[in-house]
Order: sequence, then structure tokens, then C-alpha cells
Amino acid sequence: MKKLFALVLAVVMVLALAAPAFAADTITIGVYEPLTGDNGPGGKQEYLGMQYANLETPTVEIDGTTYDVELVVADNESSTDKAVSAATQLVAENASVVLGSYGSSVAIAGSDTFGEAGIPVIGVTCTNPQVTIGNDHYFRICFTDPGQGAIHAQFAKNSLGASKVYCLGELGNDYDQGLLNYFQDTAAELGLEVQKEDFPNGTSDFTAYLTNAKNFGAEVIFAPCSIPYGQLIIQQAASQGLDVVITGPDTWDSNMIMDSVVATGLDVYCTTFYGEGGAPEFEEGFKEYLNSDDTALTNNGGNDMIAAVSVMGYDAYYVALEAIKAAGSTDPADIMAALPDVTYEGATGAIAFGENGDAVRSTAFIKHANAETGEWEAELTELG
Amino acid sequence: MSAFFQANLPYLLSGISVGGQYALIAIGYTMVYGILRLINFAHGDVFMVAGLVMVYATTAMPMYLSIPLVLIVTVVLGFTIERVAYKPLRSAPRMSVMISAIGVSYLLQNCALYFTGGLPQMYPTIPWLSDSVTIGPATTKVVTLVTPFLVLVLVIALVRFIQKTKIGMAMRAVSRDFETSQLMGIKINSVISMTFVIGCFLAAVGSLLYFTNYPSVVPTSGAMPGLKAFVAAVFGGIGSIPGAVIGAFLIGICENIIKGLGSNWTVFSDAFTFVLLIIVLLVKPTGIFGEKATDKV
Amino acid sequence: MDKTLQKDPAKKIGAAIAVCLIAALYIFLILLDNVLPANGFTLMLIPVLKKGAIYSLICVSMNLLNGFTGLFSLGQAGFLLVGAYAYAIFAIPSDQHAAVYQYFDGGAIGFSIPEALAKVLGENAGAFLGAVICIILAGLVAAVFAALIGIPVLRLKSDYLAIATLGFAEIIRAIFQWNGVGPVTNGSNMLRKYTSFSAIKIGEIKLATAFPFFIAMICIGLIVLLINSSYGRAFKAVRDDEVAAEAMGISLFKHKMLSFVISSFFAGVGGALLAMYQTTIQANAFKSAMTYEILLIVVIGGIGSVSGSCIASFLYIACNEWWLRFLDSGGVTLFGKEITVPFFRDGFRKVVFSVIIMVIVLFFSRGIMGDKELSFAGLVRKLRKKKTAEAAEGGAGK
Repeated sequence: MKKLFALVLAVVMVLALAAPAFAADTITIGVYEPLTGDNGPGGKQEYLGMQYANLETPTVEIDGTTYDVELVVADNESSTDKAVSAATQLVAENASVVLGSYGSSVAIAGSDTFGEAGIPVIGVTCTNPQVTIGNDHYFRICFTDPGQGAIHAQFAKNSLGASKVYCLGELGNDYDQGLLNYFQDTAAELGLEVQKEDFPNGTSDFTAYLTNAKNFGAEVIFAPCSIPYGQLIIQQAASQGLDVVITGPDTWDSNMIMDSVVATGLDVYCTTFYGEGGAPEFEEGFKEYLNSDDTALTNNGGNDMIAAVSVMGYDAYYVALEAIKAAGSTDPADIMAALPDVTYEGATGAIAFGENGDAVRSTAFIKHANAETGEWEAELTELG
Repeated sequence: MSAFFQANLPYLLSGISVGGQYALIAIGYTMVYGILRLINFAHGDVFMVAGLVMVYATTAMPMYLSIPLVLIVTVVLGFTIERVAYKPLRSAPRMSVMISAIGVSYLLQNCALYFTGGLPQMYPTIPWLSDSVTIGPATTKVVTLVTPFLVLVLVIALVRFIQKTKIGMAMRAVSRDFETSQLMGIKINSVISMTFVIGCFLAAVGSLLYFTNYPSVVPTSGAMPGLKAFVAAVFGGIGSIPGAVIGAFLIGICENIIKGLGSNWTVFSDAFTFVLLIIVLLVKPTGIFGEKATDKV
Repeated sequence: MDKTLQKDPAKKIGAAIAVCLIAALYIFLILLDNVLPANGFTLMLIPVLKKGAIYSLICVSMNLLNGFTGLFSLGQAGFLLVGAYAYAIFAIPSDQHAAVYQYFDGGAIGFSIPEALAKVLGENAGAFLGAVICIILAGLVAAVFAALIGIPVLRLKSDYLAIATLGFAEIIRAIFQWNGVGPVTNGSNMLRKYTSFSAIKIGEIKLATAFPFFIAMICIGLIVLLINSSYGRAFKAVRDDEVAAEAMGISLFKHKMLSFVISSFFAGVGGALLAMYQTTIQANAFKSAMTYEILLIVVIGGIGSVSGSCIASFLYIACNEWWLRFLDSGGVTLFGKEITVPFFRDGFRKVVFSVIIMVIVLFFSRGIMGDKELSFAGLVRKLRKKKTAEAAEGGAGK
């Protein structure tokens, strides 16, 4: 038995060593995403966009030579304590540039590993300002939380005409808490009355929180939390018969939230990176891709509704290709040097990098979930 | 008064409903602990699996078939876990059995993660139970109102079962003294299996009610309710069924009141449960209804 | 004791082998960081070695409690959290406070120990000494928490103790995440930018991998000394039979408390090292799942075996974060060919892992080492016996 165990172990080791064997004309783009854990659904959708882009453009031309682009994915399990080894895996696979991660905490946790290896990273939808501050190797193509928090406060005040907002976030999650903080800052300037509460990780009973919101007299509930919690909050608000508008962050732009909205008929808005119909050609192709691949369809939550993070993943892939072309080499250092000047006209709008390597974004969208049609409708398209 | 009532009825309703669902899980803990002196860490995950089975079953068959199927699958799962993971360790130290329980819990969670791909699963709407009703100032689902009564009926049935039937008597004997009852000719293995069957059946019923209220199943869905149900079982006096039920209702209600106290308290709504547990353990280790434990050296 | 050491040549040889091996290990680690080429193999090896060393210490500290004193405690994650936070809080450079504590106006703590020392001793020495001081501090803070928790909790027996310590770990986590103490702990947000392994060097020589080994080895050495002392024997007596131990004049509470506090001290040190390894920490990661993970490693290694815990830690970390990752990737590359295996997808690794763990728990419940220790002296003796047996051919040897 012990011998068998030793044999199995030896085989496993050999396999692990044999893995990084690849052809000469290949450039590796690392994908650093959560595929499991709390952020697993979002990470998978973001990765889907990259996979589709890779399918569409599988090669890149560097100095007249055609390179095959290979996507290598490392699962960071939505957990900061697995971040280092996941990031190291990509370094070990000789990634020239890395895309990701969905979820700012893991992005920050993996950042130093990439930094020490000198590999540039393009953040796709990690919105926390801490991701790029002080990290020269971290770039990002999405808007950041201070802007997003402000938009939500302005939206609640100006478009929804609210005077009292109830804020609910997950305790111990810096994404939630960061957004709430910026929201509260702007809300104070606008004279909105805010009550903020936190729920512990793993909560499924939100009845008491929603009753608090009701007793506070909130007209709007702002809940910048992950999708599973979002679903529960919407469902329970409906079953309690609350007459409120619920607004959510960019993570909520997902068909899973839409399912809950359709089931309940509640008024739900969320910020997003991409307005529906912004790039019809992409949408058509992507839907076709989803419907032709069973695994992809499952990873998208079972239907072919397009999540904004997928579009962002798609754009991030092309930004990486632009950077590789501009660098004219597969060397991470050259790509890093080329990245600040890269501009790209993507499906989500024009992308250029400014201060701290953050994208200069002129567009952000607020979407309304239409409970009758089950479609998202763009509402507001300006960045405050 | 009426304003107070208007503002606070929802907390109470939700507390009673959650308490009832904890109670159904807590019975499983308390019975297993009473007989095997084992904290069955996997019980909360069995509850989660029951939720997942329901999700998958309803995609393949109508509701009137899937509910019985969920009950059967959960019971079989509980029976299998006992036979495979706990029975071989019956003579091993208590720590080993507990570690085995933690291992089973880890396995169930990881299997759920694998099959769902980490995506939260929407729980199907069960007709009638999911309908909304309005009582005075509060709107809620029918299931909230049904839960306490269903729990009451099940508990009364269970207590009568334990008091009147032969196997129930055997259970009581085994929980009093494991070795002696073995010598008296009680088939210890079938008694233990029966305990797991009952515990898992109630957990499955609990999952039907719980997930109808909170309709999203993730692999870790069972962890917190499981832990809280265990606290409830300790609170009420481990080994005592009425104790577990009362403990569960108390914890459910207290938890919701804490959440209603304001923003500085909501942070500690889970921590509170554990504070309560530690206080009970220190002040009255046998719980409210626990019998005086004879120290087995 | 000393006499037997001198008389038993096997022990001498064993000690010599151990010293040589340790020296070779450190030389290898320093080479790994500085000279050896960075390829796929060495790159993955480094984090696995670092984390393995840290987990060794953490698992040995849990083993001291569960295996040697018989206290079934499930609060390890809580003490790791305290240690990690204590370390990070005192090691964040003051010019980074504004960025890290961005929601709390730069936080309440305005100094950093490594930075203060760096001003006096120069950058490298300051970072090294500062890190060591912060690590010790982390251990002490965790020990103080343990002493406070131990007073009520250690009166409880077996599974009640387990569930109470589990509860305390959850309470600690809730407190650290609370915004009320935000100026110190940064609330729900991460702590980062503190001194990490990469700052530890002598001159130009990087010690990023050698440092965790160095600290973990010293700590594990101290634990082994403790276990072999009269206190250690008292711990084992408490584990084997509380009543008999008490009858022999061993104060139960005192020794349980001692074990609990010492174990938590080393858990705190482990937490600090973990913080250095991760470069960022967040209370959210220290859930009860982490305690279960550590407990399972202890079980795999063998409850009551220090060397077993160490071996199991390295194996577990290597399998979990390196060797078994291919199970998640949809296929295997065998001899240069890509083979797609249908059920290889995200999460499969964890399923395989939990099955392995169940098999070990059920069929090899003594783990890798049981309660024995890996000893070079013993190995030497075994080899000698074989030799003498061969030499005395035809004799009535066993």
C-alpha cells in the first residue's frame, strides 16, 4: 500500500514537471481569476470573455512573426491566502502579461508576486483604488470605486429623488466597505440621510436588516455585495413586501441577479461597465459562442445573457494584444514599458491609461433591471 | 404600543421562523450527541446537500415527486455517512470520530462545489409555501407561519415515538449507558442508524423550509445554520429534544432582535450566538434542560 | 543523560547527520533565492517551501495542544489572525499609513518598528531585526489573548472545549472586522505594505526563503525541548489520564493553561509569518475552515508526532497548491500530448483531496508517523543492526 502511494506520488510529480512544455512560437497570457469561492461566478464570466476573444483572435504578430496566444488560467479561489501560489503558478508558466482579477482583495494579494517577477497585470474589473496605488506594474481598464460610489449617491438623490438611503455591506469584505465609504462621503455632501449596517459572512437571513431599512424609512437600499447575497436580499425584500428601490454595484450586472428580479418584480438598478447594445457585433458573436459550447453556457449561469464583466474580459484581452504589439516582444518588461501608452477602442468604449495606471474612463452606466422583459435597460451614461 | 408592534413584528416573525428551522437541525445534533457523544460536524452539510438535491430534482421531475425524493436521498445519505465514516471508528478515541466528522463535512462541501461549479443555485418555489401573506403590519411568506406549527407537530410525534415504541426505548437506554445497553441485548448499530435516519429526515424537512425562505444554495450554506443549531442543542441541554427546540427558538429570536438593535450590533449577530454558547457552557454546562451528566472517567 | 549521549555512537552520528542536513538545506535555500535560475520548477518550489515551513510551525503548535496535552481546541485560526494582525500593524511603514488606512485617516498607530530600527541600524539590519521583534510581539499578543480565553474555557471538557474555542475564534474575527477598532485593525479592509520576506536580506544576499525556515526551525526546536522537559511529560500525563495526573500532583489547570498559552504563542508567530508570506492580510481568510485544514494536516502527519506534522505540512501544501493543480485544468499533459479528461474541472482537486483525507482518517488513522518521531540516531541504529546481523551470518539473530 505504501509502495503504491509512493508510486502515485512519483507519477504526479513527473506530471507536474512535464506540464510546462510548449511550442516555440507561443506567447502566454496569464489569467488570474477566481473560478471557485464567493466570486467564482463572476470570475468565470470574466474569463469567458477572454476565452471568446482568444477564440476570435488566437494569434498575434510580433515583428513579422506570428505567435500563438495561449491563455493559462490560475484559480485564486476568491481567497487571499491562495492568491500567492496562484499568482506564482502564472509566473512559473512564463506569462508575458496577466489579466485579472475579478474581486479587488485577491488582486491586491497577488499583486506583489507579479511585481517581484516584473510581470505587468491588467486589472479587468477590480475597482478598489488600492489595486493600482503604488503598484507600477498594475494597470486597470475599468472605473474605480470613488467614482462608482459617487455615481450611486448622485443617482439615489437626483434620479430616484430619495432622501433616506439604507446601506448594507458584508462585514470583512473590503470591496463592500470601500464602496460604502465613498457612497457615504458623497451622500453627506448631497445631504442624503444614510443608515449603514454590516452583515457577517455567510448570512442568509436578511429579514431583520430589511426590517431595519423599513423602520428607517429608506426609499433606496444600496447593497454593494456579491451576487449570492444580492439574490437573497432581492428575494427577501420582495417577500417582505418592501416598497423600495434596490441599487447594487458592478458585480450585480449578471443574469443571476436578473433571475431574482424577474421572480420578484422589484425595482433594481446597478452600475455597469457596458451598456447593452454598445457593440452589436460582439454581442452576436459571443452569444453564438455561448450557445455552441455547453461548458461555456453553464459557466455563464445557464443562459446566453451577456455580463458586463465578460465584455470587459474581452476588451482586456485585446488591450493585452495591443501592448504586446506595441512592445514588439514577448518580454514582460517591454510590455510593461509599452502599456501606459496603449490606447484601444473596445466594445466598452475608448480605453487609455492615466494616473496610477488607471483607465481614463468617460463612460459608466447605470442599468435598470426590467422585471417584465428580463432585460437590462441603460439609464444614465455619464461619469459624475 | 401599536407603533412598537408595527416596527418589531417582522423581527419576531423571522426569529420564530428561523428558530423553527434551526430546531429541526438541532434535533439531529442532540440525538446523535446523546447516543454517540459525537458532534456531527457534517450534519449542517447534509442539510445543504438536501437543498441541492431539491434544486436538481425539480429540474427533472414534478414537485410532488421531488419532495419525497429529497427526503429519501437525505436519509440514505445520513445512513451511509454513519456506516462508512463513523461505524468503523466506534472503538477509536472520541477525537478520531470528530475528525472523521470534520472530514465528511469537508468532503460534502467540496463535492457540492464541484457539482455546482461554485455557482449559487436558485431554490425552486414550492407552491403555497412560497406565497406571500400579510399579517397586520408585516408581509411574509406562508412558510414563516407554517414552520413553528410543523416543528411542534414533528417534535410531539418524535417524543411520543421515543417514549412509546420499542426502538425509542432502546434509544433512551443507549444514550443513558452505551456499554450496559449493549449487554442487555440492544442492537446498538440499528439504534444508531435509526438516530441518523431520524436526524437527517428532520434536517431535510428543515432544508425545505429554510431554503424556501432564503432561496439560494451555495456549498457553505449549511455551515452557519449547522453551527447555530448545535449551539441551540447545547443551550437547551444536549441530549434533550424539547431543550434543543426551545434553545433553537430562543437563538433564532435573539439573533433577529440583535440585528434590529442598530448598526453597531449587527456586526456581532453571529458572534453573539457564540458568546451565548460560552456563557451557557460556563454557568450551566448541562444546558437548560440537560440532565446532570455523570462523568465517565 | 549526557553520559548516554557520549556512550551511544548512534546518537552522535545521528546528530552529525542532522547538522549536515540542516546546513545543506540552508545552503540550498540561499542558492534557490539568489543563484539558481528561475524556471517553472524553482518558481513553484519557493512558495511551497515557504508556506510549508510556516504551516509546519502552525501544525506543530496545534499538535502540542491536541496531540501532546490532549486538549481538543479548534481556535487556531483565531490565534493566527491575532498574530498576523499584530505583526502587520506594527510593521507598516509610516509613510504608507495614509494609503493603507485610507478610510480611517491614517489609523491610530503612527510608527513602525522595522522603520524605526532601520533609521538606527541601516535598512537591511533594521528590516531583519524589526521583523523578528514584530514576530515575537505577534506571538506575545496571541499568548495574552489565549491566557484571557483560557481562564474560562479550559475548565470545559473535550468536545465542549472544541466548540467553545471555535466560538472564540469566530468572536475574535468579528471584533477585528468591527469598524469601532478600525483605526488599529483597518476594519474590513486589508493590511498591506508591511515588511515581507523579500525585504529580508544580508547585503545583496536574499534570504526570502531561508528566513521562514530559520524562524520556524527555532520555534519547533523550542517546542521539542519543551515536550522533552518535565513540563512536556506532565502534558502527556494530563493527556493520558487526567485523574491519575492530578493524583500524581500535577496541577491540571496550570498545565493546560501553560500548554494553551505556549501553543497560541507559536500560532501567533505562525500567523505573523503567514502575513509576511501573503504580503496582505484580511480577517476574512481566517475562518474555521482554516482550523479544520490545520487539524487535518496534523491528523495526516500523526497526532503526537512533531516530525509527522512537518512532513505532512510540506506534502499537503505541495499537493494542494502545486502537484494536484492539474486536476482542475481540464486535462493532463502526458509525454507532450494534451489529454482531456472529462471530469477534470474546477473543484475536482478538492474532491480528490477530501477523499484522500477520508481514506487516511478511516484506514490509516495513525497518520504518516503515528506518535513516533523521525530520528537519525534511530536510522543509524537500524542500519547498524542490519550490518551486524549480516556479519553474524548463520547466527541465531532475529
